Amino acid sequence: MIQLEHIEKVYRTDSLETVALSNINVAVQQGEFVSIMGPSGSGKSTLLNMLGLLDEPTAGTIALHGKPLQSFRDKELAQVRNREIGFIFQSFHLISDLRVVDNVEIPLLYRKGLSGSERRKLALEALDAVGLTSRTKHFPTQLSGGQQQRVAIARAIVGKPSLLLADEPTGNLDSAMSEEIMSILHELNQKRGTTIAMVTHDERLATQTDRTIRIFDGRQVQ
Amino acid sequence: MLANYLKLALAVLRRRKFFTFVSLFGISFTLAVLLVVTALLDSIVNGYPPETNLERTLGVRDMVMMSPDGKNTWQGPAGYGLLDKYVRTLPSAEKVSILSAEAYWVAAYKNGSKFDVGFKYTDGEFWQILDFQFLEGAAFTADDEKNANFVAVISKSLRERYFGEANAVGKTIEIDGQRFRVVGVVPDVPVYRFTPFADIWVPISTSKSTTYKNELMGGFQAIILAKNAGDFPAIKAEFREALKHAQFPDPKEYNQLYGGADTVLESIARMMFQAPEFDTHVERLVAIFFTLMLLFMLLPAINLVNLNVSRIMERASEIGVRKAFGASRVTLVGQFVTENLVLTLCGGLIGFILSIAVLHFLNTVQIIPYGKGDFHINGRIFFYGMCIITFFGLFSGVYPAWKMSRLNPVQALKGGV
Repeated sequence: MIQLEHIEKVYRTDSLETVALSNINVAVQQGEFVSIMGPSGSGKSTLLNMLGLLDEPTAGTIALHGKPLQSFRDKELAQVRNREIGFIFQSFHLISDLRVVDNVEIPLLYRKGLSGSERRKLALEALDAVGLTSRTKHFPTQLSGGQQQRVAIARAIVGKPSLLLADEPTGNLDSAMSEEIMSILHELNQKRGTTIAMVTHDERLATQTDRTIRIFDGRQVQ
Repeated sequence: MLANYLKLALAVLRRRKFFTFVSLFGISFTLAVLLVVTALLDSIVNGYPPETNLERTLGVRDMVMMSPDGKNTWQGPAGYGLLDKYVRTLPSAEKVSILSAEAYWVAAYKNGSKFDVGFKYTDGEFWQILDFQFLEGAAFTADDEKNANFVAVISKSLRERYFGEANAVGKTIEIDGQRFRVVGVVPDVPVYRFTPFADIWVPISTSKSTTYKNELMGGFQAIILAKNAGDFPAIKAEFREALKHAQFPDPKEYNQLYGGADTVLESIARMMFQAPEFDTHVERLVAIFFTLMLLFMLLPAINLVNLNVSRIMERASEIGVRKAFGASRVTLVGQFVTENLVLTLCGGLIGFILSIAVLHFLNTVQIIPYGKGDFHINGRIFFYGMCIITFFGLFSGVYPAWKMSRLNPVQALKGGV
C-alpha cells in the first residue's frame, strides 16, 4: 500500500549534520498491522512522519498505492493525507477549546462536498465506534487520558482512511487503558481492514502486531 | 467550516482574556477616533441642510492676482466685481450667488449687554441655492438686494437673544449701527458650515460703502449651482477662460488672475496648499488624509501582528494537527485570518459604540457653536468604518497567518516553531 525506498533523512545546521534515517526500505501492505520499534532517538518517529507524508526525505522515494509522491505540492499532499491517512499521537493533540465532537470533525472540514450535518453524523458514528457517544459535548480536559486517546482515534478514523499511523498511542496511558486502546486498534484492523503502522517502545504490544520493523541509529535492522 | 472557525475564534478570545483586552482596546480606540474624525469631515464635506445641493454646487473662494513679472502676488478672497462680472455670467451655471467670504463678527446690543453676531452679506439667489427651512417669514428677494432694502434673515438663536420667545418677523434689529427689518427666521447653522453660516444675513447692497462693486479682490465668494455634477468641467473651463480675459484696473501692477470653481474638498485643498495655479492638488489632500489614517492605524495593527505572531508557539500543536489531517497552507491562512477578522469585528463593534457615544457627547455639549445634533454615524460612515475594520483585520492577520501556515507539521506537533 505504501512503499518507502532508499529513504535518507539528514538534518543539517551550519556546523552539524545529523543522519536521522539511512537507506530505509519499508513496504506496508494493505490490511497489515505493523509495529515500529527502536530506542529513543533511533529515528522511528521520523520514519512514521515519512509514512504520514508530514516530512520530506532528503533522498529516496515514497509511493502510495504505487503512485510516487515526490512531485506533489503542499495542497496535493494535504489532500492525500486527508483522504488516505489518519494520525494518532502519544499526547493526543486534541484542541482544548473545541468540544469532543468538533475535534473529531476536524479532518472532515478539509474534505470537499460534505455538509455540516453529514460531518456531524460521521463524527458521531466515529465516536460511537470508540464507545464515546456519551461524551460528545464534553471538552477534552473533562475526559480521562484513555478517553482522550479514544477521541483521538475517532478523529483519526472519521474520514475512513486506508492507513492509520499511531505514534506511541499508549505511551501516556496506564496498562488497563493501553489494553483498551490496543483492542480498538485491533478491531479497526480486523473488522474494517484498516492498515496500521504503530510506533511503540513496548515489546509486548509489538508482539500483538503482524510484524515489527526495528530501527537502530537511523538504520533498519529488521 | 466557517462555523467551526468562529467557534474556535470565540473560544480563543475567551481563553486569552488579557490578549483579547489589549487587542480589542487598540482596535476599538483606533476605530472610534477614526470614525469621529470621519463623521466630523462628513458633516463638513457632504450635503446636509441647508447645503443639500452640495453635490451640484461649486464655489469660487480664494483667488491669486499676480504682477506681470510674477514677483508680486495678492492672495485672498475674490472681490465682488470679479465675481459679478466673470462668475455670474457663466453660461453653464444654473444659479450664482455672491456673498461674504466669511461671516464677520460684529457687535450687537440688547438690554445694555453686548454680544457678537456672525454677519453676512448675501443676495437673493443665496436663498434659492441653499435649502433653509424657515421657522418664520421668508427670505429676502433679488429685488430687496437691488433696492438696498434694509431687511434681514436671522438665526433662531439670534431671535431668542434679541426677541426672547416672541416672533421676530416685522421687528427691527440693530447691528453694527444699522437697523434691519427682520423678514425671516431660520434654524441655526453650525459654524463649520463656512458658506451658509451666520447669525444674520442682509443684502449686499446695504453695505456702508459701494467701492466693493468694482473690486477684483477682497471679501467675497460665489456659489455656483450647476444643473448636475456633470456640468462641473464645463463651468470650471468657462471660469478659467473668463479669467484669461479679465480686465485689470492697472495692468502694470497686476495682470494675471488664478483661481477655480471648486468643490468643498477642492477648496480645502486650495486653501491648504496655497495653490496659485488652476490645479487644487485635491489628490494630494486625499493622499495625505489616507496616509495619516494609515499611520494612525499602523501602531495598533503592528501591536496586533506582534501579539498574533507570539501566539504561534501557543497554537503550534493545533497547527500541526490541522496540517496532519489535511489542512493546506491556504486553508490555514484562511482560518487564522477569519479568526483575526472576528477579533477586529468585535473591536469594531466596540469602536462603533464608543464613537456614537463621543458624537452624542459632541452633539449634547456646545463645544462647536450651533453644532448641536449635527454629528452622527450614517450609512456612508458605517461603510467607511467597516472598510477600516476589514483593512485592519486583514493587515494585522495575513502576515501572522502566513507565518503560522508555514510551520513544519512535525516541529509544530512537537510544540516548537
